[in-house]
Amino acid sequence: MSQTVFEPWNDPQAKPLIQFKNVTKRFGEFVAIDNQTFDIYEREFFALLGPSGCGKTTMMRMLAGFEKPTEGTILLAGQDMAPIPPNKRAVNMMFQSYALFPHLSVWDNIAFGLKRDRKPKDEIAERVAQMLKLVRLEKFAQRKPHQISGGQRQRVALARSLAKAPKLLLLDEPLGALDAKLRQDTQFELVDIQEKTGTTFVIVTHDQEEAMTVASRVAVMDDGKIMQADTPANIYERPNSVYVADFIGDVTIIEGRATKNGNGYDIDFAEGQPTLHAESGKDFQNGQTCHLAIRPEKVAITADKPDTRNALKGTILDIAYLGNLSTYHVKLENDQIIKAQTANTRRLSRRSFTWEDSVWLSWTDTAGVLLEG
Amino acid sequence: MRRLILIAVPYFWLLALFLVPFLIVLKISLSDTALAIPPYTPTLDFSAGWEGIRAFFAELDFENFEFLTTDDLYWKAYLSSLKIAFVATFLTLIVAYPIAYGMASAPDHWRPTLMMLVILPFWTSFLIRVYSWVGILSNEGYLNQLLLSLGLISEPLTILNTNIAVYIGIVYTYLPFMILPIYAALERMDASLLEAAEDLGCSRLTAFWLVTFPLSKNGIIAGCFLVFIPTIGEFVIPSLLGGSKTLMIGKVLWEEFFNNRDWPVASAVAVILLLILIIPIVLFQRNEQKQREAEG
Repeated sequence: MSQTVFEPWNDPQAKPLIQFKNVTKRFGEFVAIDNQTFDIYEREFFALLGPSGCGKTTMMRMLAGFEKPTEGTILLAGQDMAPIPPNKRAVNMMFQSYALFPHLSVWDNIAFGLKRDRKPKDEIAERVAQMLKLVRLEKFAQRKPHQISGGQRQRVALARSLAKAPKLLLLDEPLGALDAKLRQDTQFELVDIQEKTGTTFVIVTHDQEEAMTVASRVAVMDDGKIMQADTPANIYERPNSVYVADFIGDVTIIEGRATKNGNGYDIDFAEGQPTLHAESGKDFQNGQTCHLAIRPEKVAITADKPDTRNALKGTILDIAYLGNLSTYHVKLENDQIIKAQTANTRRLSRRSFTWEDSVWLSWTDTAGVLLEG
Repeated sequence: MRRLILIAVPYFWLLALFLVPFLIVLKISLSDTALAIPPYTPTLDFSAGWEGIRAFFAELDFENFEFLTTDDLYWKAYLSSLKIAFVATFLTLIVAYPIAYGMASAPDHWRPTLMMLVILPFWTSFLIRVYSWVGILSNEGYLNQLLLSLGLISEPLTILNTNIAVYIGIVYTYLPFMILPIYAALERMDASLLEAAEDLGCSRLTAFWLVTFPLSKNGIIAGCFLVFIPTIGEFVIPSLLGGSKTLMIGKVLWEEFFNNRDWPVASAVAVILLLILIIPIVLFQRNEQKQREAEG
């Protein structure tokens, strides 16, 4: 039995939950968001990823209602959000600092939003109990925020923002304050809760691993623009720009000149170096500058010259030992550095290569991605 | 050893500057008036040896404390002081909270300036500042002149030498003591708490009542004690601005000391005042400690 793939962004019939239409946001002279148009669909886990100052937080604050777009409109379920104040929106936010009310117990924090809606008492109690169960904090209901751990506080913040069953939940760097190990566990928990509740999540993060783990689609942002919004796999395997390729994961970028050859292009990148070949559907003029982006794990490293078209000779400059993997930095004769990664299936003492070794690097015609800029 | 010395310094300080003077006052309160220098008996005579010390203690009694209960002036003065301190503290809070709130929500680069403006009056003599209110509040003062020229009143208002003038003086003088702790509490507050409250469905006003106000509670309590405690024993403000009807224990104390030269009764009044003040001081300490625990 095949599962139906969740890809509403590829379905022309699907109605988006959120639509940004030519949204621009300026703070004085500074352009925080530059004329952006994109859609987010129901039940999506959408990640806004980018370095600090790229506009991802502004994007989120506009969704929450704390900022208004300077130009353009944001629609939530087809309705213009601009005139609706934050306290009237079916949108809740989980703050980076968690923003738990220090004078209220965990229970009262979660009930806070429900009480504002003047729901009957037993309904509130039932909903709070449900939320406490969801985040496994039943035992801590009467504690104050300063009496629980950071991870527990994070879960209280999540429960509080989910309590009102919002159409859209915004998460601002939700795991930023947790240590690495706890962060990993919490990432899967987040995905789990998102699937259980069926709420649309928009997460802001600068941690690409986090974005890749949790999100159904990742939007890579830079300078107020979304550079690419796609599934984690496509972002990684098929970046549309050098910026995205470079921002996500480890990559070697080789700049050269393209010449059409069969299904792809030949790339001349330096004098005295062999011509590389990469398959690509993109259009390049003969002699046009192109960038070949190649992931280190797709580069093989051997002692003898391999029998493939893309083979380069170099010496090992550096080895980064990561435990399960080792990344070799190999310097070619023209000083170009190429990264190659191998799995450490053998014990370290039996490693085949070491510093200053002369090695061959090779990859297939389809391993690299050819980009314009 | 080093620790012991470190701890000994503040204890010595308390002993020399608080406990010893207090014991002297307590001793005088148990003495009798005398036409002598100092104006009370007995005085301790060590040259008479053990006998002298015994004779000294035999002469001490609670006569002056009994006297305080026979004349209703004293308990009326205590009560009136408490009432004036309560009302004045409340008025100071009303005036100070919006100022502290405004300071805390002002842009960062403005705050040091605003803080300076609150503290600046302290650089002038307290006496001169209170005295200048006489010029403002008197029948021919600036306030009446202004109101008359604006046509708001046809007869000058009598403010000076009434309790109203005393309240104005106290609120003016003690305002910084109320503003600063409230400002400190508000300034520490995470701004995202208000956004969170709004996000969860609060209007600005309910967010204030449910989040800002409870979180500034400790600052309010601290400020109230800082105003209430010194106000009870206040002497300068009621004697400069208050009238003959303004009854405050500080004034009574002064009159006993300097007009009647009755040091023993004056000391007894001071000892009772201290006992009354111990209650709010203990409460204040407990509030501070609770706050520290909540933060720790």
